[in-house]
Amino acid sequence: MPERKIRVMVAKPGLDGHDRGARILARCFRDAGFEVIYTGCHQTPEQVAAAAIQEDVDLVGLSCLSGAHRILFPRVVELLREKNASDIAVIGGGIIPEQDFQMLYDAGIQAIFTPGASLDSIVDWIRTHVRTGN
Amino acid sequence: MSEPETDRRGKHHDMTQTTQKICAGDVRSASRLIRDLEDKRPEARRRLRQLFPHTGRSFIIGITGSPGAGKSTLADALIGELRKQNKTVGVLAVDPSSPFSGGALLGDRVRMLRHAEDPDVFIRSLATRGALGGLARAAGDAIHVMEAMGKDVILVETVGIGQQELDIIHHAHSIIVVLVPGMGDEIQTMKAGIMEIADVFVINKADRPGAKQLRTELTALLNASPHGPRDWVPPIVSIGNLYEPEIFAKKTAELMDAVTKHHAHLIVSGQFAERAERKAVMEITDALSACILEPVLERLIANGELKKIAQKIQTRETDPFTEAEAIARRFLKTGETS
Repeated sequence: MPERKIRVMVAKPGLDGHDRGARILARCFRDAGFEVIYTGCHQTPEQVAAAAIQEDVDLVGLSCLSGAHRILFPRVVELLREKNASDIAVIGGGIIPEQDFQMLYDAGIQAIFTPGASLDSIVDWIRTHVRTGN
Repeated sequence: MSEPETDRRGKHHDMTQTTQKICAGDVRSASRLIRDLEDKRPEARRRLRQLFPHTGRSFIIGITGSPGAGKSTLADALIGELRKQNKTVGVLAVDPSSPFSGGALLGDRVRMLRHAEDPDVFIRSLATRGALGGLARAAGDAIHVMEAMGKDVILVETVGIGQQELDIIHHAHSIIVVLVPGMGDEIQTMKAGIMEIADVFVINKADRPGAKQLRTELTALLNASPHGPRDWVPPIVSIGNLYEPEIFAKKTAELMDAVTKHHAHLIVSGQFAERAERKAVMEITDALSACILEPVLERLIANGELKKIAQKIQTRETDPFTEAEAIARRFLKTGETS
């Protein structure tokens, strides 16, 4: 049977227009052979969750550089759960202080990548953890 | 037909249950089925068969044109117009897959964010995955899934096309061709291909230089084409001033109106039935290719035969026609194709 194509979504929730990092990641995922749905800046968690379900992605990558990750990231996970879509993995990145990591893990964010993380390490994480199953 | 199926998380569920959910408009099930069809899962084909009787009732609008012409932005505007009429909308937005990595960056949704939470709008991005006709290989299947969901209107946005990626004509009832000023001289408008398939022309970014000239050339082209008094002559809608909401909204309402008129014309003239027939012919042709040619190719690739034959062709020991005939005889006569 042909292999499943990995589909990911890259989104920036909240009032943060700094999308250079998100764009670089989207491009990098494309080059890794993933199908990337790029939805840009200034989205509500509700928009992110709805789009992730409509697109049937394996994973949502959230980027936040504004400091609102403690509210926005868990809200996306919560909404996916509400919509019976908790199999969609959520990872996050951006300017996230280490003391917030545990809180985010507890809220269901599966991985956090901060400045300095290599692109390869992120792609590898997705390949290893996303269950596209057969 | 209620054999248990396994989804990617290993859960079993009932086939007919999935079908029912999709017919009831469930986005999760529909989106998953579209994905399974893209990934060529065998069980997906069976589900589509069950859905088929529930398809064929939506009005399908194609939007095509060159990269950056404004197709997604116009799709967003049309969604808005259709929602004003209380119509439910499905959107398929196709973007290209990389020929190198197989990956894709699907960015059409960025223009349609304001509709993300509307439960009566279902937007799905598709990557071409090697298809060359301006659509994704699974586009036809995805249209069927959205039809089964009961969407009143389905907008299909092609990849940014050149002159002849015209697969959209097999899928859409009305086709909007989006042009922008500055793409060349009047000879371009006379060429076969994209200029022939339009039911409605949009001159987009019409506030830019060259828009008037393009309109003149296009009008001349349409006047020169032979048409009888009852024939449809594609209207030209010039749209610009994206950043002046009132003017833009007035223009996109005009576009919606032109498409609605074309829809009515199709029905009155009997062309709706003709287009439906053209689509059915394409569907059986594709299905035949999928159930005859693809399994044969898969087997020849798997057992290494294809490679051996290719080598013999390269050294001119044999020719492709003789080999193809021999293979056809072998598989077709014995009925051995799986």
